[in-house]
Amino acid sequence: MIHKKVASVSEALNGLSDGMTLMLGGFGLCGIPENCISQMVQLGVKDITCISNNAGVDDFGLGLLLHQHQIKKMISSYVGENDEFERQMLSGELEVDLIPQGTLAERCKAAQSGIPAFYTPAGYGTEVGEGKESREFNGKMHLLEHAFKADFAFVKAWKGDSAGNLIFKGTARNFNACMAGAARITVAEVEELVPVGSLNPDHIHVPGIFVQRIFQGKKYEKRIEQRTVRPRN
Amino acid sequence: MLDKNGIAKRIAQEVKDGYYVNLGIGIPTLVANYVRSDIELEFQSENGVLGMGPFPFEGDEDPDIINAGKQTITTLPGASFFDSATSFSMIRGQHVDLTILGAMEVAENGDIANWKIPGRMVKGMGGAMDLVASAENIIVAMMHTNKRGESKLLKRCSLPLTGVGCVKRIATNLAFLEVTDHGFKLLERAPGVSVEEIINATEGTLLVEGTIPEMNI
Repeated sequence: MIHKKVASVSEALNGLSDGMTLMLGGFGLCGIPENCISQMVQLGVKDITCISNNAGVDDFGLGLLLHQHQIKKMISSYVGENDEFERQMLSGELEVDLIPQGTLAERCKAAQSGIPAFYTPAGYGTEVGEGKESREFNGKMHLLEHAFKADFAFVKAWKGDSAGNLIFKGTARNFNACMAGAARITVAEVEELVPVGSLNPDHIHVPGIFVQRIFQGKKYEKRIEQRTVRPRN
Repeated sequence: MLDKNGIAKRIAQEVKDGYYVNLGIGIPTLVANYVRSDIELEFQSENGVLGMGPFPFEGDEDPDIINAGKQTITTLPGASFFDSATSFSMIRGQHVDLTILGAMEVAENGDIANWKIPGRMVKGMGGAMDLVASAENIIVAMMHTNKRGESKLLKRCSLPLTGVGCVKRIATNLAFLEVTDHGFKLLERAPGVSVEEIINATEGTLLVEGTIPEMNI
């Protein structure tokens, strides 16, 4: 077994510097790497490019980094629910590249898989397709989209072991499983780091080969963005 | 004239036994409330769940189980979770049978615009561009006119497009329509709405053939 466990979040982010491109897992606030984000706020790294489906909310998730003006560019599919984001985008302080969600996921997956580029119909005939190579397959037009290149991927899982194997819970799997192994260094933070051998190999969602560093995170807030319930009876 | 729930009710009649269905945010979400109880179907949400159930009871909400609208949800027996790339394999690979989504504008050739108003807030397209580019069966749920009373069924969309030539059917507060090679074909009138009212509220080419029945809802 190859040991991936690091002692702390500060060790996990060793080598992170200004101007880097980062992948961050999560959908909305579900399954975001809370510990890595807090550490980046503490470190004060600047001019970072974030590949993340969303941009957090004003006071949580990536919103914390936006508030400190640490993000130069966001590559996302949906960025509503964030006033500071809107202000920075409209004032030109923040670059924003909006891309279709399935294309975002597949560009991560392609980076993970060593596929340099792929064709997808999403966005053909819209401004997303402007300046991109297009080609017809089976009578339908497609756009050429390229794999991402990133320095770090920060992913969050439910359980993991020192070998880097990951198991997710519910819809918190989302982009986390696509981003693991898609950057030069993948850091996984988990709610529970269990002893090697205690996870059933049949139940692993992300094999440890895709993870370089793993640690048990602390104080997960797991904030709910839209609490929707029905009354009992 | 229909309200939002009425539009959802009409669209629910188009959901067939055995369908996998993706519901967009807004009116489409309401469709789940009106599907006949005697048919089997599963709702897919693009953030990574198939077999979505109703909202949880108070106190049972789980931050790790949400839908694409970031709402807390439950799952039904037979449900599954998966990553975002797998989710869009279901969508792009045409494994999802029906896509229901909202729109700001629809053109008579089936173009749809629903993600951006230039100069105002741009929230992003989310999964809408992937959905409309690949889905074979797309129904749009929307009001027939905007807040200023202007038609949302146009000859050409004025807003940035989400997809081209993809919308098949449209349910509005006034009518149920089909997109054809020659324009919007009026299939049904909403209760109490005249053909003239629909003609007046439609900027795009409207095909009215024979007697147009009133919706049965």
